[in-house]
Amino acid sequence: MKSAEVAVIGGGPAGLAAALAAYEAGAKEILILERDAKLGGILQQCIHNGFGLHYFKQELTGPEYAARFEERLLGASIEVLTETMVLELSKDLTVTAVSAKEGYLQIQAKAVVLAMGCRERSRGALLIPGTRPAGVYTAGLAQRLVNMEGLLPGKEVVILGSGDIGLIMARRMSWEGAKVKMVCELMPYSSGLSRNIVQCLQDNEIPLHFNTTVVEIHGKERLEGVTIARVDEKTKKPIVGSEKFVPCDTLLLSVGLIPENELSLQAGIEIDPVTGGARVSQERQTSLPGVFACGNVLHVHDLVDNVSEEAEIAGAAAARFAKGQGKQGREIPVRAAGGVRYVVPQRVFAREGEELTFYFRVGAAYRPAKLSVLSGGKQLLSRQKAIMTPGEMESVRVKLSKPVDEIILIVENT
Amino acid sequence: MFDVLVIGAGVVGCAVARELSRYALRVAVAEAGPDVACGASKANSAIVHAGYDCEPGTNMARLNVRGNAMFGALCEELAVPLKRTGSLVLAFSDEEMESVRRLYESGLKNGVPGLKILDAEACHAMQEGLNPEVKGALYAPTGGITSPYELTIALFENARQNGTEFFFESPVLAARAIEGGYELDLGQKMLQARYVVNAAGLYADQISALFGDKCFKIHARKGEYILFDRAVSGFAKTVLFQAPGPLGKGVLVAPTVHGNAYIGPTAVEQADKSDTSVRREAIDELSKAASRSVPTLPLRGAITLFAGLRAMPEPHDFIVGLSPKNPRLVQAAGICSPGLTSAPAIAEEVAKALSLAGLDLEEKTGFDPIRREEKAFREMNGDERAAAIAFDPAYGRIICRCETVPEAEILRAIRATPGVPTLDGVKRRARAGMGRCQGGFCSSRVLELIARERNIPMEELTKSGGRSKLLVGRTREDDE
Repeated sequence: MKSAEVAVIGGGPAGLAAALAAYEAGAKEILILERDAKLGGILQQCIHNGFGLHYFKQELTGPEYAARFEERLLGASIEVLTETMVLELSKDLTVTAVSAKEGYLQIQAKAVVLAMGCRERSRGALLIPGTRPAGVYTAGLAQRLVNMEGLLPGKEVVILGSGDIGLIMARRMSWEGAKVKMVCELMPYSSGLSRNIVQCLQDNEIPLHFNTTVVEIHGKERLEGVTIARVDEKTKKPIVGSEKFVPCDTLLLSVGLIPENELSLQAGIEIDPVTGGARVSQERQTSLPGVFACGNVLHVHDLVDNVSEEAEIAGAAAARFAKGQGKQGREIPVRAAGGVRYVVPQRVFAREGEELTFYFRVGAAYRPAKLSVLSGGKQLLSRQKAIMTPGEMESVRVKLSKPVDEIILIVENT
Repeated sequence: MFDVLVIGAGVVGCAVARELSRYALRVAVAEAGPDVACGASKANSAIVHAGYDCEPGTNMARLNVRGNAMFGALCEELAVPLKRTGSLVLAFSDEEMESVRRLYESGLKNGVPGLKILDAEACHAMQEGLNPEVKGALYAPTGGITSPYELTIALFENARQNGTEFFFESPVLAARAIEGGYELDLGQKMLQARYVVNAAGLYADQISALFGDKCFKIHARKGEYILFDRAVSGFAKTVLFQAPGPLGKGVLVAPTVHGNAYIGPTAVEQADKSDTSVRREAIDELSKAASRSVPTLPLRGAITLFAGLRAMPEPHDFIVGLSPKNPRLVQAAGICSPGLTSAPAIAEEVAKALSLAGLDLEEKTGFDPIRREEKAFREMNGDERAAAIAFDPAYGRIICRCETVPEAEILRAIRATPGVPTLDGVKRRARAGMGRCQGGFCSSRVLELIARERNIPMEELTKSGGRSKLLVGRTREDDE
């Protein structure tokens, strides 16, 4: 059996930043296990720019952003195993993986960082009726085909869901000469970034229809069209009589991302039903001591910059844990209330004077929005913001003066 | 000239072909589609029925009970999954308990072994989460589940291994009587055969008419299903039927051999024999009907919808045996439910009918009933996995992460596919794309492997043959 102080599962942006932070925090034996042939994860297929504005104060493409971290790997003694798929994680922190080169691997780790990322919600999960022809793709799969393989999935496109990948692909498909007829969004707002709505849709004159969904898929062999319908804003049920047939040969789905927590569940790690990721402390430690989580496997992020920051917290904490320096304190739960849908971390170890950053999302659009952070009946902080929407992750820094009771984040309309 | 031409490579046609491959005969199978199991055999309830609900004295009753008894040995020989989960027919009222008792009686007449009537308590002990209003059930220990497309693929591979020839994309367009048999127009080629077996599924009436037998009609009855993620599938450990009402056997809640659960089927009569679309109202109908058996269905854990078409015969019974109109035509037609269960018994009776019609069935030496199939990687333990990767490093490259399918198994599926492999064909052989992400991650990788292995450009590949191309060309940058 191999051993590692810190084993990092996944070599995407989260895994890379976590491994580097673990190295800088003094861990000696660090191992990254990556299932693809290259490091960088989903960044490799994100050839558009817009990455790194916060972290590097520069606009980079996905591969460029990944390369910045990969370069730093060269100076650090971090072992990387690519084309290596982790199949099991056990409660005693044994990681089981397979690779063509290394065969069947078992690694006894002192600490583990989960950085497996997320997957796309599929057509099946949405229960869209109709036929099952060729031409229905998740937006990320289409992105891979176009950007990595140089292959065009179709010429007349309807996009369901205004998530960022869908918006980016609307632009990409237009640039490749396809006709993107529309983006349909079930909700009355977009789950994508505002800048993507402007740059990807408006600049390419692609209409975005809110409160609209695809109710049926047509075509026996290749997609021939979709029936769209307006939905009732409250019930989300299609409005009878509002159906319209839209001919197209391609339907791209950008209808949500799901953290890939199969390994976490296998290890019995407690999952937050709202984020779909582990419940973690401020150090991003999960309910299984020594196992940390960061990036999209923890909760779905909008910006890779936030992923890198979060992964650095997790990686450094994993290194400390491996050396037996894990800090503790009294555990305090963190709760989302009012308009707040979820908060990460979900619990904190209260340590006097520590400044904490809470990341959260609201469940609907608030304009203007009032955020309050409460504990023990007292208001720790209150702040106004012109707008908060579900599509953009928010954060707030809070300094804990002394150990406190349950911390509550609330967003209300003012 | 072939001794026998079997028309149709669904589970019945392939079972007949495999049965005939025991004998010193020249047998061909003509299939209209690009692969085996392209029709009803790929989308049905996958149940190995016990046989209590068929009208005593019918072909259905006889072939179901006989087929069920043959299933264990067949699946063993062909390395096909079979689980004897047992089945329950749930009753929710005193009247329904009466109809459960009637089923018990007809089961006894049909010769179904081990039937028992259970009280509510025994039902709940067998399956958690059942509707508290369950009054009791008929329990059939011989009821079970299998994988219909894998069985069809296995029958095909074993028949081929024993000398049967298969012709795909070969619809029978015309038939002409010749001296001692028939000449058949398969579009791309002509073929001669002494005897013909009609296992053409939904199209069996049209095929039969080509040979002058118009004694029956086949119409399509659609069955729609919702399939669930393994992670939420604990609500179906055994096969749950509902006491029969005016709407037939009702909606099932059942497990699959791969650990998923499904609810279905609906029953929709339709004129179109190729429309396998799922209707919008199906989702509500299914969840409403199935929640009678299991009130809290995890609909959010659904991974796909699908539909299949049953080949419904008029009059309502399997049509198996020598055609009354043509001494060279043996029928295996109108094989709706319980056709999957009955398939091995139908094959046996078809062989007998051919013998009565004058075909000499002489057992051949060298018939090998065993299909040697490597154990699936997902079912291996650590030592077996280590050995597999040491033997072939392609076992170490996992292509489908939801179902843990390594490259070695995808390559094997590609190599075992007749003609040009399709994405769906690889999915049914290797399970890549069957999981919770429904191919979102592995599809492009599977296409790359097909393209590489068969030396075909990726943009030529299809989802399921015909015009189901997945890509329309290369990107602009690539043109430059």
